[in-house]
Amino acid sequence: MAGKPRLHYFNGRGRMESIRWLLAAAGIEFEEQFIETPEDLDKLRNDGSLMFQQVPMVEIDGMKLVQSRAILNYIATKYNLYGRDIKERALIDMYTEGMADLTEMIMHLPLCPPGEKDAKISLIKEKTTNRYLLAFEKVLKSHGQDYLVGNRLSKADILLVELLYSVEELDPSLLAKFPLLKVISHSSQGLRTRISNLPTVKKFLQPGSARKPPLDEKSLAEAKKIFRLP
Amino acid sequence: MSEKPKLHYPNGRGRMETVRWVLAAAGVEFDEEFLETKEQLQKLQDGNHLLFQQVPMVEIDGMKLVQTRCILHYIADKHHLFGKDLKERTLIDMYVEGTLDLLELIIMHPFLKPDDQQKEVVNMAQKAIIRYFPVFEKVLREHGQRFLVGSQMSLADVILLQTILALEEKIPNILSSFPHLQEYTVKMSNIPTIKKFLEPGSQKKPPPDEIYVRTVYNIFMP
Repeated sequence: MAGKPRLHYFNGRGRMESIRWLLAAAGIEFEEQFIETPEDLDKLRNDGSLMFQQVPMVEIDGMKLVQSRAILNYIATKYNLYGRDIKERALIDMYTEGMADLTEMIMHLPLCPPGEKDAKISLIKEKTTNRYLLAFEKVLKSHGQDYLVGNRLSKADILLVELLYSVEELDPSLLAKFPLLKVISHSSQGLRTRISNLPTVKKFLQPGSARKPPLDEKSLAEAKKIFRLP
Repeated sequence: MSEKPKLHYPNGRGRMETVRWVLAAAGVEFDEEFLETKEQLQKLQDGNHLLFQQVPMVEIDGMKLVQTRCILHYIADKHHLFGKDLKERTLIDMYVEGTLDLLELIIMHPFLKPDDQQKEVVNMAQKAIIRYFPVFEKVLREHGQRFLVGSQMSLADVILLQTILALEEKIPNILSSFPHLQEYTVKMSNIPTIKKFLEPGSQKKPPPDEIYVRTVYNIFMP
């Protein structure tokens, strides 16, 4: 019997959080091995466990997968969350890449020098509404279906739910102009509610669970230490 | 008869060059519409041709695809450059993602402050020699095959070749400690479709110069 996937990362969201969401939404229980010191990271590197000396790394099906996109794509394919054909895959890829761009901006906010932070936050909010949420609202409007692609659940929908959580943490009012995204996010029939009610996701969203809180000063300092960043 | 893919981007490498490489390696002819002014970009944006208001954009098979990785995956899927099964595909994905991380440094390089550019060449060289090349050298050494994954050319091979050649332009002896990568580079470059792409007169773009950098600023800076 195959063991549960095992995730190697520090105890925070970073580049592993989307992977946690995808596994949870696919109903897959997973284990986590937290990197807590620079020595923990060194050990993984010296073991030859990290192809490019980097985490995230996920042990799954006898492989040690690295590179978050490769990991997400493997999980999505394995659990039928990647569309039915090449064109659906292309749409799913296109939408998730856009989400990744926005998530990257939000992820890097805590690293922003204090003097530049307000300007950065404004820029992110502007891009969130005028570029990204606008695009996804348009997609949903264009076909009127409950899911972004092919009228069924895919990696794109799960990562959208994750993104909407992050956007809400940044500023709940950003969703105001997007009725279909609001349904996804707030309605009791909406995608977010339905995904959140899956047993594995419910467990994931509970305090003290695998889901990580936003990065705070203390966690940032710890992460910097582990990765030997200035 | 299906139309040729049409690429929308400034007349230079940037993020579109990998797409040009992969189409060329797959033997697919393509057209290009070069962005030269802010107004042209605006026109594409106002016409709702760009999902996230950004280029690269490739018109292909009735779709307007944006996001480089999406475009690369679609072409790879369509032209059998993505391995024969999920495990090969995943290996190719990992190699591609690592190589793209290295290529990113090359893509961003012309836009760094002049004072930072020389330092960055050193950084690129170090990353290539310490983090990325050893992985691929080992893969090639251990399986003794022509290609990185399986028995056919894949997306991973094309992007690695592109990256090696781009690095050699800046650091000519960068492969000096990697005999298998040296042999690999020669063999890959001799594949007929790639050889053609490497000849003068192809759609391969020259290294970025001041004109390219200025064009990019004019088009994309607010």
